[in-house]
Amino acid sequence: METEIAISAQGLVKQFRTRHGQVPAVRGIDLQVGRGETFGLIGPDGAGKTTTIRLILGLLTRTAGESSILGYDSMRNPYEIRGRVGYIAQQFTLPPDMTVMENMSFFANVQGVSRAAQRRRIPDLLEFAGLSPFTGRLAGRLSGGMKKKLALACSLIHEPEVVMLDEPTLGVDPVSRREFWDLLGTLRAENEVTILVCTPYMDEAERCTRVGLMYEGRLIAQDTPRKVKERVPGRLLEFTPSDFERALPIVLALEGATEVQSYGLMLHVFVDDIGQRQPEIESALSSQGIACAGMREIEARMEEAFIWLVRKQSQDSEA
Amino acid sequence: MRKRLTRFGAVLRKEMIQTLRDRRTLAIVLLMPLLQLLLFAYAIDMTVDHIPTAVADLSLDAQSRALIESLLASGFFDLTLYARDEAEVMQAIDAGAVRAGVVIPPHFGEQVERGQAQALILLDGSDSFTVQSGYSAALAVAQARAMELLVQQVDRMGLGSSLAGLPVTTSARVLYNPALDDLVFLVPALAAILLQILSVNLTAMSVARERELGTLEQLLITPIRPLELMLSKMIPNILISAAGLLGITLAGVYWFGVPFRGDPWLFAWVSLLFIISGLGLGLLISTVSQTQHQAQQISVLLFMLNLLLTGFIYPREPMPPAIQAVGNLIPLTYAIRLTRGIFTKGVGLSFLWGDVLALAIYSAIVMLLASITFKKRLD
Repeated sequence: METEIAISAQGLVKQFRTRHGQVPAVRGIDLQVGRGETFGLIGPDGAGKTTTIRLILGLLTRTAGESSILGYDSMRNPYEIRGRVGYIAQQFTLPPDMTVMENMSFFANVQGVSRAAQRRRIPDLLEFAGLSPFTGRLAGRLSGGMKKKLALACSLIHEPEVVMLDEPTLGVDPVSRREFWDLLGTLRAENEVTILVCTPYMDEAERCTRVGLMYEGRLIAQDTPRKVKERVPGRLLEFTPSDFERALPIVLALEGATEVQSYGLMLHVFVDDIGQRQPEIESALSSQGIACAGMREIEARMEEAFIWLVRKQSQDSEA
Repeated sequence: MRKRLTRFGAVLRKEMIQTLRDRRTLAIVLLMPLLQLLLFAYAIDMTVDHIPTAVADLSLDAQSRALIESLLASGFFDLTLYARDEAEVMQAIDAGAVRAGVVIPPHFGEQVERGQAQALILLDGSDSFTVQSGYSAALAVAQARAMELLVQQVDRMGLGSSLAGLPVTTSARVLYNPALDDLVFLVPALAAILLQILSVNLTAMSVARERELGTLEQLLITPIRPLELMLSKMIPNILISAAGLLGITLAGVYWFGVPFRGDPWLFAWVSLLFIISGLGLGLLISTVSQTQHQAQQISVLLFMLNLLLTGFIYPREPMPPAIQAVGNLIPLTYAIRLTRGIFTKGVGLSFLWGDVLALAIYSAIVMLLASITFKKRLD
């Protein structure tokens, strides 16, 4: 399927100059996001997600490579980009000493939205973000979730074709997070907006059409959530051993267990063959007097896939 | 063009809202000049008089008493301790009980008759203001006393008619400030230094605050141009600085009676020029500092230089050339000469054009540098 490219980067590199010399933050990123896609950039803290977004937006000067949004180069045409893109930075960054309404009309005027369009769009967006009852409240006095929604509403005032969100739900409660993502879903469905979102939350990554996995300044995987999960070889068993401490080394030593991850007192074990390995694990543990409660096969989630890919990457780079 | 105007209007409106909403800062900024003026007017006096003094009169005759009388009558010395000898006077100065001492040696009266009397004045050198005042006061009193004695002597010798006066005298007239009122000297300079503090600090802080809060990032990603952002930061601060200037000038003239002799409009234009140079300096500071704290510290450093090197309190003439050159890099140096020139001396552009030109060039350079460094990037 041929899609129009909204966001692209080729060989994008950023090195920060510090007192201790050059520190690479982004080490060569190739990225293409089609129009109407929701692309999730996931990865551990310090992987270079924020830097990548800032580079593409032209907020930082790149060290090497190319990047553009809607065909406009990040460095050469920053103002073409700024009129067409909505952005929410990682920290909440709207002026805290202005009210919700003042913030909305500030961003509307700055983006050159006409009076007529403002009269129509501002109430719509406030309604959309659930902020209609709070128009007179100072932005700094809003709750965390409402701040994010206000930031989203402000960044959508000029009907941008592309929206870039840097960990928009950081520090927001689960209910507000869900509401926020429902808003993004509405946006995507009704306006065909292209969304690039950084997130540390794997459940949010599952809601993207495609995800890119960042690790130490590189994109180590880039695919649909389903395909990324399918990359993990083998199948996944979940169970709760009665003695976690003793069970872990036993399972790790077993042949056929390619990967073991712990979740609290639960173990997730990747095996090459369920039919053969499940009884083997059970017998190995019961011979040591350890019971396995609720052993069942589960489908690998983003979280397991992510951990597996990162581990594999760090093993490969060590080798 | 239309879009550009709406855009600029929006940013300017945002800055005005934020400036007016921060009531506490606004109150401090507007009351600070008046507070400083009050302090300088009522609390700080740069001429030291009524210096606590210990006196050891080892002569105890008419001449010694007369000298002590005239020293005390000058108002510069207050007798707080009668000491037995020089050692006790020293002790009192060491202990900090007195700041000056007078020691009159034995047989003072006889020595006066022979024309070779000497009294010892001891001054606490740890306070240079006391030394300056005390030294010149003691010298003046002694000379006056000597003159008196000389005239008496001449009288007694019957030459009174031939010595109608001294062969050489000086007559000094202090221009602009005949009463030597500190306020006349301080108010114009205070107006300038407060303008400097206001304009530099306000701008440096407001940009640094945006950077620290992260709101700068959100502004950078809008189509606002750097120049628009810069101007919008400056305009509210120009207004506040102007209000501060008006306050201190009115208070100085109407409350403290400091005469304003020059052209008020010239004063206003020169002040505007000076405010702009300060705003530019503030912007420069804000671009090199990442946090409000850093900006504050640079401002404090600048304030120290302002206080010491620009002629605000200490005269610039005795400073070594290198230090004078540093002072020339600070706009306040020119501004103080200008405010004193217009305010106190009442002279016009024909005398002051050099400093006005210097200030104009300074403003232009600073603004240029600020707009070059004030980029719309985060790194």
